[in-house]
Amino acid sequence: MKNFSGNVLFLDRSDINTDEIIPAKYLTENTKGALKPYLLEDLKLDDRNPSGDIQGKGVVITRANFGCGSSREHAPWALEVNGINLVIAESFARIFRQNMYNCGLLAVELPAEKIDQLFSTFAGKNTFVETDFGKNLFIIKGDGQEIKISFTVSDFDRSLVEAGGWVDYADRKYQ
Amino acid sequence: MGKTIAEKIFDSHSVDNPSGDIHVISLDAVFCHEITTPIAINDLVSRGKDRVFDPEKIKVVIDHVTPAKDSKTAMQGKILRDWAVRNNIKDFFDVGRNGVCHAIFPEKGFVRPGYTVIMGDSHTCTHGAFGAFAAGVGTTDLEVGILKGVCAFHYPETMKINITGNLKEGVFAKDVILGIIGKIGVNGATGKVIEYVGPVVDTMSMEARMTLCNMAIEAGATSGICYPDITTVEYLWKFIKDDYVSKESALIEFQKLISDTDAEYEDVIEFDVDTLEPCVTYGYKPDEVKPVKNMDGTRVDQVYIGSCTNGRIEDLRVAANVLKGKKIKEHVRGIVSPATPGVYSQAMEEGIIKIFMDAGFCVTNPTCGACLGMSNGVLADGEVCASTTNRNFNGRMGKGGMVHLMSPATAAASAVAGYITNSGMFKK
Repeated sequence: MKNFSGNVLFLDRSDINTDEIIPAKYLTENTKGALKPYLLEDLKLDDRNPSGDIQGKGVVITRANFGCGSSREHAPWALEVNGINLVIAESFARIFRQNMYNCGLLAVELPAEKIDQLFSTFAGKNTFVETDFGKNLFIIKGDGQEIKISFTVSDFDRSLVEAGGWVDYADRKYQ
Repeated sequence: MGKTIAEKIFDSHSVDNPSGDIHVISLDAVFCHEITTPIAINDLVSRGKDRVFDPEKIKVVIDHVTPAKDSKTAMQGKILRDWAVRNNIKDFFDVGRNGVCHAIFPEKGFVRPGYTVIMGDSHTCTHGAFGAFAAGVGTTDLEVGILKGVCAFHYPETMKINITGNLKEGVFAKDVILGIIGKIGVNGATGKVIEYVGPVVDTMSMEARMTLCNMAIEAGATSGICYPDITTVEYLWKFIKDDYVSKESALIEFQKLISDTDAEYEDVIEFDVDTLEPCVTYGYKPDEVKPVKNMDGTRVDQVYIGSCTNGRIEDLRVAANVLKGKKIKEHVRGIVSPATPGVYSQAMEEGIIKIFMDAGFCVTNPTCGACLGMSNGVLADGEVCASTTNRNFNGRMGKGGMVHLMSPATAAASAVAGYITNSGMFKK
């Protein structure tokens, strides 16, 4: 199982699409590692590109419908090769969410008010998420403050994470 | 309790229910292209599992960048080509015989009512036009589909959209779907199946239904779906005539799939088209939609007619109707990409290609290229494109470029004017 704790990159907008996460022109790469420099290249938040803030981050916290648009699994791969194995959002696009779990990565939904609280408490500050996957608990720390939030992951999604992804899971289970 | 069409398809394909509402369903078709499949192939090879569940059910096309533009895209094609040969996949469409996946696979009769279809491409929802459950998936789902012939989904929740009224002249399926997305939003149907019903859908051609279903993903939907009817049977008849004694018997069989009258829906949306005008997007999200008249005068540098949304013969006919005897504005680069060799060939026979060329359009081979800024019409920073494609995301057709989505009629009229404008086909 992968590490789901890390420093937080806050992306304060809904509907961040997979073209913004990894532009189509890089889909000609045949290895996941080659995607590393291009994560969030076309994303603009308040006229600012946040790709310079990725270094050292392990968790993304964002708003609703994260990962909408294209089905490209290059989006979770680009996150993963940058050390980001966990995205916490108000909601996800279906394919992106499935792709995360299929890769053994974690995409966790929290209610809008919890997401609001995380942004208002921690955005702009050095923030760390400690994930206890066994206890379904996030401990979020930053600037002397600490918030504990429990989360839910379905049994199926949990088994994908524990199996390291859908290929290993399906290979064991289906003829 | 009755069932929706999507529920009926799931019930007949479910092979496992590992937990909760997750169903692992068997697949009738797995479609592949050269952008998302090679990494799945490489992974299967590295696992020592270079095999496919059924070579007859796997259909493969090179369409996103074709002919290859550089060494990397050439290698993607080669990985796909070599894999198809190794695994005895006969339905492989390479340069000269290839077209945009969601146009060529229906044209070849590979999608039937009641089918389950996946592809590593979000616009796979297009194939729901045939009464199939068709969903875009990532590379890992594709890989398992190729190896095992199964895919996991939540049991489908359905949003029914009842489309009523009369379309005005010059208002098309593209305007309807832009209008719908504008109403429900890019997150409006996330994780749901959109079932398009009502008199407007009933009178639509298969091409128009494909345009409608194609953009279901832009509202977040897993699949769009239309009921199979006589239009579906007529379109498929040349492929299915040996399987049924008559069109009527095929129709009776297909219509068993139609949602029961007491089926349960997550949402029911009424969408009346009586007052619908030609639509265009103005921002970086497909739900940022306005009537064309509100954007009239917006200068365009490029006009692109093509793609899995609007690159079919009907689309080219509509655009040619607007362009006939006219020249596009000097500053406009017009690009038309017939979506398949079949469409291209038909357009030549009908004189449509000549109309495009006489108007000043560049006619490219069938490819997805420009739609996602990969080839054949990439925008420069600050340029504006009037496009019949499906996504206006920031940077979609080239970094710093702006894309306005619209119908082929509006795109053709905008090419002539040099700015976004309604076509003369539109009668208020």
